[in-house]
Amino acid sequence: MKGNLKTCLTLFITFLKIGAFTFGGGYAMIPIIEKEMVEKHKWIKSEDILDIFAIAESTPGPIAINSATFIGYKIGGVFGSFCATFGVVLPSFTIISIISLVLREFSDIKAVQYAFNGIRAGVLALIIKALVSMYKKAPKDIFSYILMGVSFVLAAFTEINVIFVIIGCGLAGLINSLIIKRRVKE
Amino acid sequence: MSIFLELFITFFKIGLFTFGGGYAMLPLIQKEVLAHDWMEIEEIINFIAVSESTPGPFAINCATYVGMETGGVVGAICATLGVVLPSFIVILIVARFYKQFKESKIVSSVMTGLRPAVIGLIGSALVSMILTVFLPNGFDLGSIVIPDLLVSLAIAVVMTVLVFKKVHPIIIIVLSAIVGIVSGFLLN
Repeated sequence: MKGNLKTCLTLFITFLKIGAFTFGGGYAMIPIIEKEMVEKHKWIKSEDILDIFAIAESTPGPIAINSATFIGYKIGGVFGSFCATFGVVLPSFTIISIISLVLREFSDIKAVQYAFNGIRAGVLALIIKALVSMYKKAPKDIFSYILMGVSFVLAAFTEINVIFVIIGCGLAGLINSLIIKRRVKE
Repeated sequence: MSIFLELFITFFKIGLFTFGGGYAMLPLIQKEVLAHDWMEIEEIINFIAVSESTPGPFAINCATYVGMETGGVVGAICATLGVVLPSFIVILIVARFYKQFKESKIVSSVMTGLRPAVIGLIGSALVSMILTVFLPNGFDLGSIVIPDLLVSLAIAVVMTVLVFKKVHPIIIIVLSAIVGIVSGFLLN
């Protein structure tokens, strides 16, 4: 138990560092998590880490949290997963709480308002970039294009809850795969 | 319903129905936060810049910020706990059936539907952001301030070119801020 406690403390500190020093969110964390877990601590084999990231991507929630929980569980059980997740969340939580208070103080200053007018236009570029790189990685078949179009139209022009769009598209993926499978059999 | 419970439940839903990293969470956050009147769309876009310039995942940053703005520190804890908990529970279950999950045809089939859906949803979020940035007063043509519109357009186009030349997001944000400040004081 004592060894386990020490492992969990190391897990917490490692993920605290990862949370505190990676800018740009979950995807930016992946190479750093890999380095810490595989090379430095040798807790996870390099072929397993790819599986972990693949699963983190296909389960709900942010990739950073999913990876931390999964790795923590593999190394230190449920308590380990708690330590890793708490570690990766804590820096964000602390920094953003402070920023929230500071921003309120400065939000009446003219220069800050002008700065954010410019920043909002610049942020569009970041989202466009993210969208294009997601599109590049997505399958380019008629089925994907239809789902992209349908979910875009439903979200942009109707009041339908986005959650239903997500559930519907997941079901469509399942049904489509079943149809393809049946066709291949025949 | 108390604000704390509302924050927790809303961010729990967001955590449970977001697949993929990065901005995959943006459409849901945008819809929910606007529906609850917790933030204006301009504030959400401002916050994306803040989140890009601070460490940590966008989802956590956003939950903390919205929680803090609407319910103080307790609100921030409720929202952050809400967005983390679905991941935590699902991963603890999946970790036990790791092999089956990895090889499951059902999981990979569902993902073939979810990936394009996320792209469509982010596209929709982007369009509403573009409209907000370029037409802050809505579609009323009389309200358009031409110099402001041109500055925003110029920033958006130049930064898009730079971002595809792999300029770091923080530099993009700093440059946009500088242009915003300079043009703001020159035009007003």
